[in-house]
Amino acid sequence: MIAALSQTTVNLAYLVAAGCFILGIRFLSSPRTARLGNLLSAIGMAVAVAFTLALENVDRYAFVAAAIGIGAVIGAAGARTVRMTAMPQMVALLNGAGGGAAAGVALAEFNRLARLGDLPGDTLTAVLASTVLGGLTLTGSVVAFAKLQELVRGRPIVFPGQRLVNAVVIAAAVGLAIAAGATDETVLLGAAFAAAAVFGILLVLPIGGADMPVVIALLNAFSGLGGVGAGFVLDNNALIVGGALVGASGTLLTLLMAKAMNRSVANVVFGAFGQIEAAGDGRGVDGATVRATTPHDVAVQLSFARKVIIVPGYGMAVAQAQHDIGALADILEERGVEVKYAIHPVAGRMPGHMNVLLAEAQVPYTQLYELERINPEFPQTDLALVIGANDVTNPAARSDRSSPIYGMPILEVDKAASVVVLKRSMSPGFAGIDNELYVDPKTTMLFGDARESVLHLITAMKDN
Amino acid sequence: MSAELITSLTVFMLAAFLGFELIRRVPTLLHTPLMSGTNAISGIVIVGAILVGGASGATTIEGAISFVAIVLATVNVVGGFLVTDRMLGMFRPRDRRPDK
Repeated sequence: MIAALSQTTVNLAYLVAAGCFILGIRFLSSPRTARLGNLLSAIGMAVAVAFTLALENVDRYAFVAAAIGIGAVIGAAGARTVRMTAMPQMVALLNGAGGGAAAGVALAEFNRLARLGDLPGDTLTAVLASTVLGGLTLTGSVVAFAKLQELVRGRPIVFPGQRLVNAVVIAAAVGLAIAAGATDETVLLGAAFAAAAVFGILLVLPIGGADMPVVIALLNAFSGLGGVGAGFVLDNNALIVGGALVGASGTLLTLLMAKAMNRSVANVVFGAFGQIEAAGDGRGVDGATVRATTPHDVAVQLSFARKVIIVPGYGMAVAQAQHDIGALADILEERGVEVKYAIHPVAGRMPGHMNVLLAEAQVPYTQLYELERINPEFPQTDLALVIGANDVTNPAARSDRSSPIYGMPILEVDKAASVVVLKRSMSPGFAGIDNELYVDPKTTMLFGDARESVLHLITAMKDN
Repeated sequence: MSAELITSLTVFMLAAFLGFELIRRVPTLLHTPLMSGTNAISGIVIVGAILVGGASGATTIEGAISFVAIVLATVNVVGGFLVTDRMLGMFRPRDRRPDK
């Protein structure tokens, strides 16, 4: 660097960076300004890094450049190549990276302060929090990634005495961290980090795939709070503000997701939802049978419809059907049919997952409706086309007090004049419960891979 | 408690409240880019990692841990901002498909 800058100048730069983050998130309130907001946040980050490098006591440039180079290559490659359907996995890994980095900062700074004999009690608390939160975010995110990528079973993995083991492990993490503070031994803090990492694995393993939106949001919050901890350790306002914004975002999304499932966050994290095994024998509720249909029949139904609401779920993502659904909607619109999309808050595997997929398929976002806005429209709808969504459409959430999803806000597709469900087979959804919608007399089922079914529908529509 | 800690806690509290107010305004439509974008912001810990590991007095162990922390934080920052930009570039208000 040409000239070393004073700490005051650099602190001013951090203030600018914090302002950029705040404005950047403010601009995310509208899809028109969101991209600019993201750019603004990135500029803030660049300013913070550049001015930090200009500090007098920072002089190992080759070291820093090498680390940034490696990280930038990995990050850019991931960001450019990831498929939109794999976005939950991507965000899980990014959460983990942020948590790991926060724990690393706490560990390294602890070692430095202990070495200099300058470790005040205030700082110690922050070191402990940052190490433990960062450690469990790192491994918890990796497990979430593995579940989403289906490297491990998506269904809950449980064993006897799990809660006791969890409690012992987290207590060990905190105990080791306190011991590290008492003795100034970095090795003990490293052990605390390791115990927190084990806890992260134990925490996420029992959580089922359908609960991933809550888990990812929660890990998002943890990664932010880990950053806040690192900020307290270093007495650095840029870290505190940045981390607090992320912590707030993750917390709010966690609460929204839990609310959309009508469950408490504690129930999602510790409840092992999939434990509730329903007696689903593949023939629907109470032995009632479902009516299968053909692409041709659905095409006829569609050609008589004036208004169609498409209800996408995780099945759409799995089948990569979003582009073909967009094409089908185009055909319908060309024929004067009004098409809207109904998006449940927990459809998919992370908040907003469906919106991104449909945006990728060039569906204008003005056609995407959230639950509260679309539900009043189902009674005036000729056909609801449910594609790979299950639990979020289950009327049992409204009527059956014994149902595990009772009270969960649902998309009221059963109020449409007719319903067509595209589904791979009659297996129950991730919650493991039957869906009475499928035996409703006005519902017909189109079995098969969602994408293939939609392609057949398009062919049938063109023949019509 | 030191005066610095009180100041830091004040900053944290205000930023957290501000965060809640700002994020409440973000429509559900943009919740995925919100997550990946704020995720990138949490990569601000890169500054901390540079401060610790980039200083000439850092020991080998501090250097090694900081190196990993800088790599992870950079992945978070670069990956997060780029993927958010990629996503946001796809959101469009009207149909602009070339074949229509």
